[in-house]
Amino acid sequence: MRPILLSGHERALTQIKYNREGDLLFSTAKDQHICAWFAHNGERLGTYHGHQGAIWTVDVDPTTTIIASGSADNTIRLWEVKTGKLLKTWDFPTAVKRVEFNEDGTKLLGVTEKRMGHLGTIVVLDIKVDVNAEQSDEKVMTIVCDESKATVAGWSYLSKYIIAGHEDGSVSQYDGKTGDLYYNIPVHELNQQITDLQWNSDRTYFITASKDKTSKLISAKDLEVMKTYSADTPLNSATITRKKDFVILGGGQAAMDVTTTSARQGKFEARFYHKIFEEEIGRVRGHFGPLNTVAADPTGKGYASGGEDGYVRVHHFDKGYFDFEYEVERERHNKLAAEGR
Amino acid sequence: MAPSFETLRDENLDDDDFDETEVDISDLKEKYDTQMEQGFDTFVVIDGLPVVTEDQKPKLVKFLLKKLNTAGKTREDLIFMPMGEDGKSLRFAFVEFSTPNEAAAAVRQLDYTPLDKKHTLRVNKFVDIEKYGAEGRVDEEYHPPQIEEFQEKEHLRSFMADPSGRGRDQLVMFRGDTVGVFWANDKEAPENIVDRQHWTETFVQWSPLGTYLTSVHAQGVQLWGGASWTRQRRFAHPFVNLVAFSPNENYLVTWSNRPISIPDDGHPALSLDDDGKNYVIWDIETGKPLRSFAQLEVAAAAPAGDENAPKKPVKNPWPAFKWSPDDKYVARLNQGSSISVYELPKMNLLDKTAVKIDGVMDFEWAPATVQRDGVKSYEQLFCFWTPEIGSNPARVGLMSIPSKQIVRSLNLFSVSDAKLHWQSEGAYLCVKVDRHSKSKKSQATTLEIFRVKEKGVPVEVVDAIKDTVINFAWEPKGDRFVIITTTEPVGATAVPPKTSVSFFCPEKAKGNAVGNFKHLRTLEKKNSNAIYWSPKGRFVVIATVANTQSSELEFYDLDFEGEKPESDKDLTANLQLMNTADHYGVTDIEWDPSGRYVATWASAWKHAMENGYHLYDFKGEQLREEPIEKFKQLQWRPRPATLLTKEEQKQIRKNLREYSRLFEQEDAERISSADVAVVEARRHLLNEWYSWHEQMQEELADERAALGLPADPIAELLEAKTAEVAPGGEEQVIEEIMEEVLEETEEIVN
Repeated sequence: MRPILLSGHERALTQIKYNREGDLLFSTAKDQHICAWFAHNGERLGTYHGHQGAIWTVDVDPTTTIIASGSADNTIRLWEVKTGKLLKTWDFPTAVKRVEFNEDGTKLLGVTEKRMGHLGTIVVLDIKVDVNAEQSDEKVMTIVCDESKATVAGWSYLSKYIIAGHEDGSVSQYDGKTGDLYYNIPVHELNQQITDLQWNSDRTYFITASKDKTSKLISAKDLEVMKTYSADTPLNSATITRKKDFVILGGGQAAMDVTTTSARQGKFEARFYHKIFEEEIGRVRGHFGPLNTVAADPTGKGYASGGEDGYVRVHHFDKGYFDFEYEVERERHNKLAAEGR
Repeated sequence: MAPSFETLRDENLDDDDFDETEVDISDLKEKYDTQMEQGFDTFVVIDGLPVVTEDQKPKLVKFLLKKLNTAGKTREDLIFMPMGEDGKSLRFAFVEFSTPNEAAAAVRQLDYTPLDKKHTLRVNKFVDIEKYGAEGRVDEEYHPPQIEEFQEKEHLRSFMADPSGRGRDQLVMFRGDTVGVFWANDKEAPENIVDRQHWTETFVQWSPLGTYLTSVHAQGVQLWGGASWTRQRRFAHPFVNLVAFSPNENYLVTWSNRPISIPDDGHPALSLDDDGKNYVIWDIETGKPLRSFAQLEVAAAAPAGDENAPKKPVKNPWPAFKWSPDDKYVARLNQGSSISVYELPKMNLLDKTAVKIDGVMDFEWAPATVQRDGVKSYEQLFCFWTPEIGSNPARVGLMSIPSKQIVRSLNLFSVSDAKLHWQSEGAYLCVKVDRHSKSKKSQATTLEIFRVKEKGVPVEVVDAIKDTVINFAWEPKGDRFVIITTTEPVGATAVPPKTSVSFFCPEKAKGNAVGNFKHLRTLEKKNSNAIYWSPKGRFVVIATVANTQSSELEFYDLDFEGEKPESDKDLTANLQLMNTADHYGVTDIEWDPSGRYVATWASAWKHAMENGYHLYDFKGEQLREEPIEKFKQLQWRPRPATLLTKEEQKQIRKNLREYSRLFEQEDAERISSADVAVVEARRHLLNEWYSWHEQMQEELADERAALGLPADPIAELLEAKTAEVAPGGEEQVIEEIMEEVLEETEEIVN
């Protein structure tokens, strides 16, 4: 598995997103522009210029028409994918750490930072997936996180819930329409920040990554922790692969915590775990800084990782990856195949 | 109503004509009365003397004086021997010493001294006799002592019986604040036996035969053992730093940097005599202290006239007390002057004097009782060395105890340092001698090997080692050794210099004789700095430990059963590198007592990087790797020596094939059954997951239907978009032709 090295960013990566078809890749970094790439060969489609600060987050709507980005310049911006045109800018009092479209692209949530006397919030905006339409200035809803600020958030299936991960290691479930808090459950160690939250394809469950060196698979409906993956390093990102029942975790000691800068010391590897058996299956080396973000190709053919080192590495899985099966899995597949006949 | 001043009744008021004498305070007086200085602290009472007449008395007194003056100062007129009415002595005497300390010393040293076959001296403090023996204190009637009912204790060696029947070894692991004992389990996670938080404050240690686990606390040392891991013994040595056992687990030495200070209200185990002492020697069976010692002031003054004085000795050498292999003697070095040998269990100086050896720098007991050729009587051996003093040469000597005879001595010149290495059975002693040239500019090392078991203890010299030897290790129970040398002395350089590893073995010789030691092989340009022989010999791990740059482990076999190089055909070894491994940041390595496994670990005591342990088999194949936060210590539980005779062991070795077939079968069965269990658990997990997932899908579909949403929310959107891009709904086919160059060759056509 030879990765394609995308060196379009000058600073640490913050987030990578595949579009729904898995042919495009969007990446944000602390260097103020967003890049779009062709996933299959790593050619750059283009960049999106306009932000005045580090960009923390990006998301693409399901039809790959528009992308939304959130930045340390206190704005959420909407761009046309094809042309790179800036469609809309929303201003906020503080930096935006996370944006996410709901499943049909009609709503966008943004997580704003707690700073300068402002509490952390989760805001919801109405979106028209049309490059020519006028976007509404109004925030449909604002959820204020007065206990512990939200660091990540996302929409569940049917946009029914908003799930947020907090700085104190807890996960909250809010009503997707009213913003009422249903549950707040401490799933990770106290005060070990949740650093990432990514969904499976139908948004019925999600995976969290935390500084407490674990990652958890949680059901969206009742916030039940179904699986736990333990690593030996603080985690920055986690994603669920399609087609195969794996999860990929990325992390590594933060640069400020590493005393000796040896690559093996920092544990800068992407780790593959079996989603159901919680066992580690393999690691992929390459980055020479902590992995800040990992993303799985929605078509299940590969994954991409972005590191503190400023590189995006796009991997396409080999045959061995697809052939790998636990005995019981093979058994199950054979059974299903037999039944299907 | 509470009494107030107004409501006080007469009785409550102080009565002026209250008679104090009426109160009976005798019980209080007895309890709290100040003990007047009795002035009898310098007196001792000697019992058990023979009956003498007035004529014989001076003779006895004179004889007593001689004995008494070994403990303290006293004079003839200070010995009072009362005579009975019949003109015969009453078999006891009072003696006054000049100080209470001397009196105490006399009691300690002279009590139970045999006088002749019939008489044994009993020496007691006079005040003690007063205290315990005064009239009325001793009950006239005899009461048989209460004998507590016998309670069976747990078998302390139950650990030898592995419940799984596989003869696994135990190991202790100390990580974070938790100490746990485990069965080593090959590739699988070790099986926990007991796990306790804050079991120790500083470290844990097995006793040499594995009977006890030692925990160290500010109050002292505790020993644990038995199947339920109960406390077996306590040794209250406050602020103890280090612990050492005698080889047969009979005695224990504890050391604290801080001198013992006995509080005014006493100490549960130690007495005032122990005040100011640093070392305590304990009897493990009784849990009582035998004797305590103060730290020795290190004689820093170098021998006169020798400007090439040996390096300043370590301030507190450990172990300070070295045991003979049978626990009969313990000895301590008084650097530069003598070696004090104490006899156990009385802890008295052997022959009442230290063994005077001028300039002695170091000594080492033979680790096993050696049967020398032609020597029938019982003896223990130790070796020592002295540096050059003036024009006298340096000397290595072998002394026999208890006779204190020097069995063999060797004179050496131009010696700057020497190290003594015994082979585990005491058959050989290798003295590593660092020599300097006349100009003192260059260094060289020679190895002087004493063949202790052979007649006359011949000495063989293995020299021609130009470099500094930084490490040396004998093969346990064998006759081969490994050294590590380096060209530069190890200084405070950032990058340690390259090292060479050399293997030595004896030449082939006729019969049972062991031939001359010959150089077998040298491996150059290594980083290795440590040698770990398997406890059963043959295999050795050469490692680089506590080094930030490299951390390789090399597993060697010295009796490789493959082809032997022609050059080694006269040697008794066939060296083969079996495997190499790398354990980043390794700080410690230990073989298990059976020689089957090697544990390597990176301890949080040394650094904070990748703490945890690895487990290898003797071939160097990695079995396990477990990173553990704050991993501090690992120690295999030692095993006592086998009870099988040599013949029985031979028999087993002969039938090894049969046994191993049985064991292999068992292993295979176990592994397959474990596999079945794992597979079953996985199948369960898989089914659980998919049933949950299906249920969730159904729920989702139902909810979608209820809300009147399409099954696929995005399909419609995409359709709309496609319509926009390609109006008319016609499908557009985009063909892409890829060309791939498989091979390219260039030929020059003439």
